[in-house]
Amino acid sequence: MYGKGLKPLSIASTAAIVAAFSLVFFYAPLDADQGFIQKIFYLHVPLSITALIGFVVGGVFAIAHLRSGDSKWDAYSYVSIHMSVIFGVAVLATGSIWAKASWGHWWVWDEPTLVSFLIVFLMYATYYPFRYAIEDRERQGRYASVFAIVAGAFVPLNFMAVRMAQSLVHPRVFATTNGGLPGSMMLTFLACLLAIGLLWVTLVKFELTAKSASGQVKRLRRALDAPLPGGRSRVAPEVS
Amino acid sequence: MLSLLAATPALPLDEAGKYVAGAYVVFLALLVVYVAIMAAKLQRIERDLRELASFAEQGAGRAAPEREEVSA
Repeated sequence: MYGKGLKPLSIASTAAIVAAFSLVFFYAPLDADQGFIQKIFYLHVPLSITALIGFVVGGVFAIAHLRSGDSKWDAYSYVSIHMSVIFGVAVLATGSIWAKASWGHWWVWDEPTLVSFLIVFLMYATYYPFRYAIEDRERQGRYASVFAIVAGAFVPLNFMAVRMAQSLVHPRVFATTNGGLPGSMMLTFLACLLAIGLLWVTLVKFELTAKSASGQVKRLRRALDAPLPGGRSRVAPEVS
Repeated sequence: MLSLLAATPALPLDEAGKYVAGAYVVFLALLVVYVAIMAAKLQRIERDLRELASFAEQGAGRAAPEREEVSA
């Protein structure tokens, strides 16, 4: 049942991405300071916001799992974190390219925003070995949920700490005393944020549908008492 | 649409354009890799389903003569 509505969602996210990227290249004005390089902002920042919100959402699903004991919420939490880690890879890659173009370095270690995101990303990278080190499925789900809640609570704390830190080179775009982004840039940014957010939701639904199909096949195999092909072992949480 | 295109700034594909193109290509490449991995997963599910269907059919084929023997 996870595949319900996947087709219109996929069409909507594709249309939103095409529209948002069209706005980036054909509507948003060039930045007076950075020029054409600033176009990376419309990809990099929505990706990072979506990834961070995805981590928090994973924590919220983990709370639902611990409260109800329903493994469905564990799968939701796992897929949310999984997708946010993929988005995190894109954030680090696009951020590095932007840093090289703007600052002349692929990475700057004395920049709180960059380092804090890397810490969050590496923390969630440990989620997989932590999860799969536990064989018992019940305990695996429970411990992974505790991890997701603690790590999810760390994300906004980390964000606030970075906002309070004095940045040397990373720009503060929103809620600044200078007024932030002009209207056309803000509209383009919001369109990109919506498009990337929609893409995240679509991919989460896509992944859940694939996991559900895989789970149904395994249930069918058990019901038919059929042998597992090649002794394949399951590593991801099952969705039924 | 034409007036919108006419009003757009020219894309400066010089030094800066290289990096901007790089960032967007990395994003699209990640998407393509993800879709390819999901396609491989889907193929595996389809193969498993086909295998299970033939297993079920063989089981049904074996059960049918047994039922005939019992009824006789």
